[in-house]
Amino acid sequence: MADTRIKPREAAPASRGPAARRRRVWTMSRADAAAGYLFIAPQLLGVLVFVIVPVGLAIWYSLNEWNVFTGATTFVGAANYQAALDDPQLPKVLGATAVFSGGVVVLNLALGLALAVMLNRRFRGSVLFRTLFFSPVVVSVVAWTLVWGFLLQDNGGINGVLAALGADGPNWLQSGPTAMIAVTFTQVVRSVGINMVLFLAALQGVPGELYEAARLDGAGSRRIFFRITLPLISPTLLLTAIITIVGALQSFAQIAVLTEGGPGLSTTVLVYYVFQQAFSFNDIGYGSTLALMLLTFVMVLTVIQWQLRRKWVFYED
Amino acid sequence: MRTDAAARPPRFGPRARRAALYIALIVMAVPFVVPTLWMITSSFKPLNEIFASPPSFFSANPTGAAYAEAFSFQPFARQYFNSVYIALVVTATTMLVSSLAGYAFARIRFPGRNLLFVVVLVGLLVPGEVTIVPLFQMFKQAGLVNTHWPLILVTAFAAPCVLATFIMRQFFIALPIELEEAARIDGLGRFGIWRRICLPLARPALSAVAILTFLSSWNLYLEPTVYLTSPELFTLPQALTRFTDAYGGEMWNTQLAAATMTAVPVLVVFIFAQRQFVESLAHSGLKG
Repeated sequence: MADTRIKPREAAPASRGPAARRRRVWTMSRADAAAGYLFIAPQLLGVLVFVIVPVGLAIWYSLNEWNVFTGATTFVGAANYQAALDDPQLPKVLGATAVFSGGVVVLNLALGLALAVMLNRRFRGSVLFRTLFFSPVVVSVVAWTLVWGFLLQDNGGINGVLAALGADGPNWLQSGPTAMIAVTFTQVVRSVGINMVLFLAALQGVPGELYEAARLDGAGSRRIFFRITLPLISPTLLLTAIITIVGALQSFAQIAVLTEGGPGLSTTVLVYYVFQQAFSFNDIGYGSTLALMLLTFVMVLTVIQWQLRRKWVFYED
Repeated sequence: MRTDAAARPPRFGPRARRAALYIALIVMAVPFVVPTLWMITSSFKPLNEIFASPPSFFSANPTGAAYAEAFSFQPFARQYFNSVYIALVVTATTMLVSSLAGYAFARIRFPGRNLLFVVVLVGLLVPGEVTIVPLFQMFKQAGLVNTHWPLILVTAFAAPCVLATFIMRQFFIALPIELEEAARIDGLGRFGIWRRICLPLARPALSAVAILTFLSSWNLYLEPTVYLTSPELFTLPQALTRFTDAYGGEMWNTQLAAATMTAVPVLVVFIFAQRQFVESLAHSGLKG
């Protein structure tokens, strides 16, 4: 393999034309290849040491039992995986993860798309509104979540406003369903700006003639949206859906600051459960097993996303 | 119904529709804007006004006491400095590492290039929330727990850097090759070409990388929570959550003052460099 790369004169297909021929000048030298390895070395080593080795270690840890006090490890095979199957809390955690991620995706996409459609045309103030809707993205997650936690206190700003309107607000963070609504909502508001921008780019890519033709054929604006806009931006919609789920699966700070997974287990999503098992309860073996479960979810989704992106590259930008 | 849609005139005139659009946007903007504004105004309230009922937006007796307390209760200036210097070191390292790797993956042909690129992309696939369990053990072995090294090294080489490498590679692939060829004929080596020809042209991509990396370091929360135990080593997000009194109660106005000091500088930079921020953060959609 090395030989063919270094002597591309034989390897390069003739059909590549002049560009390929010109590039050959670059590929002939061994010194150039050495420069290539040198250039990528820091990044490659970094990934090996800080990503690939840790994943290998996590797999090894998941096959071992850790003694918290002595630090000694015993090989236990699949015992940690069996423990996951027997863990009475895990179904609840996975349920909370599904509700949170699902809620975030649905709300985020619906709101992101609505904002993009409303702000797609330029009008006085449209740029200002784009800025406002995007601004939470640059606010530190912890600062943003702290403020929401403050507003969501029983005697906080939101219930204060509700009381002024004559309504009696719930103690948001102290009951399961409202706590879940709170973490979902704050996550969506903080991150929807990114999806809005991606959707705005997609909307710009819909050819104007299509709208004109549809209008001439007598289609109303709702019909145009569902029959033309939505199908044409569906690739972006699917990609952002996956990106948003992956982001939701990694939301640690929001949960940790707003609810600490509570009340009970109601907002303990998988990433928070991993943290608890590994760092609060020092159960490295079980924590690693759960972390690998999280990795599997994220990997499957990301690989699907990359495949779709390759397939639909035409629609991008 | 559907067939006569064309014949039927629109129910509302353009003016009414415009007004409805504005009203809808203003209502929708409330949860995006009010929390930040409320954070700022409440940070100037004395403690007894924080939970006043009915809530008031502005304080009757504004005071800077919470700001003073933020600095006296914790080594907040030190923590602020920690966050700034870590983010700067990480950003500079990432710009260097990713522009080198991105350039090589885009331009230099060497055996195994595609395979090695896939290996590097694994860094984007694996969330830091997964690797932190073994990484903590690794850093513990190396005696680096409760230092800033884990925060710097992992951010500067793992996922955020891989995303940067990907962005740089895409940029260099799209860059016309003619300039480099001319420089090559003039006898410039690879390093010289990268340094003198390509880096100056890569400003837009580098600024995207800088913004993304700075924000991901600035926002780190899980990592400092796991690695750091001494308050004088804390970073801002971690410090924000530690303003609690002896009974574990939250010191809300101090917290809000600290949160304001954390959030407002970035917001101000964002307002002045909006386009760069939006474009670079849209890249982060790649990763999620």
